[in-house]
Amino acid sequence: MKLFLILLSAMLINNYVFVRFLGICPFLGVSKRVSTALGMGIAVIFVLVMSSAISWALDLVLISMHLEFLRTIVFILVIATFVQFVEAFLKKNNPTLYEALGIYLPLITTNCIILGIAIVNSLSKYNLLEAVFNALGAGLGFLLALIIFATIRERLELYDIPKPFQNLPISMIIASLLSLAFMGFQGMIK
Amino acid sequence: MASKISEFTKGIIKDNPTYVQVLGMCPTLATTTSAKNGFGMGLAATAVLVMSNVVISSIRKTVPEKIRIPIFITVIATFVTIVDLLMHAFTYDLWKTLGLFIPLIVVNCIIMGRAEAYASKHGVLDSLLDGLGMGVGFTLSLTLLGSIRELLGNGSIFDITIWGKAFNMFVMILPPGAYLTLGLLAALFAAISIKKEERAKKSAQQAGQAQKVGEAK
Repeated sequence: MKLFLILLSAMLINNYVFVRFLGICPFLGVSKRVSTALGMGIAVIFVLVMSSAISWALDLVLISMHLEFLRTIVFILVIATFVQFVEAFLKKNNPTLYEALGIYLPLITTNCIILGIAIVNSLSKYNLLEAVFNALGAGLGFLLALIIFATIRERLELYDIPKPFQNLPISMIIASLLSLAFMGFQGMIK
Repeated sequence: MASKISEFTKGIIKDNPTYVQVLGMCPTLATTTSAKNGFGMGLAATAVLVMSNVVISSIRKTVPEKIRIPIFITVIATFVTIVDLLMHAFTYDLWKTLGLFIPLIVVNCIIMGRAEAYASKHGVLDSLLDGLGMGVGFTLSLTLLGSIRELLGNGSIFDITIWGKAFNMFVMILPPGAYLTLGLLAALFAAISIKKEERAKKSAQQAGQAQKVGEAK
């Protein structure tokens, strides 16, 4: 039950894009088409779940050696290496998936949702399963936000928007309305 | 000397990292619940930016091309850790409110972006000025955003009461207010630059017409 609550909380109630502001850059960058949004979302879920499991294990090592202050450096290096590794692995073993995710993978290193979740897991003292579910929920929430946003932006292209509001400003205002909608989930879990 | 000054000032208006380059959106949105928080976040990022720019530009000739990104990340992460520990020790309240977003300075695209685009190609002094300018631009944008949100949401700026509880829109302090304020400010900046362009075009046209009239005469 606790796992389900963590999943739901990370996905809807504390949606990392709309409520906690993590991963905004790719959220604004690759949300022009639903297909690219889907590709990015799936790549993020994959890397997020794997890297949170790895950083959970590393955190144990760091804590046992009393080196907690090295957390940021170790996590970011591990994530960067892991992303490169996944890229090389997919290129060799699963070219179709690589083609589909290819361009998004390198972008993920600088997506703050990955490092953010690793640090949140470590600060909340989650165990392995809880950490993985938190990451999964965050990833699904990211995918959901990205797809909702992309469908709206696809329609937006047909409308006549005042010139100063084109591109970024109107996207921000839509994000604001969506964020307001997600605030409605607040208080669902006590 | 003039070029050194422009190295510093370009980050404040012309290439403002927030409103013009749209970089580092996560801390911009998340930490600007009040003017003070925005200012603190801006200063922390500026400190990291200046120090990492200086170090990266001084080692730029010895770093092999292929592994430069991991090396840059390590340098940046080291300074972030230093800033994190310093803030924990000296500004505990601010450290607590900014929380997760201090370690996340590592993945702030402004810092990596300046390291890759500027510091790895320019001298130490230029990189220092560039980092300082970008940092000041970032701090000013965050303070502006934070001030507006604090004023509308809490009736005060930097904890100084302006109209107090008379007119409060609490939503401005909540996440939707962050997106809304940033969207409106970006629209304002776009409107100003569009106006400027039109004016420049108009005066160019007028000059062209005047010239034609002069030739006809």
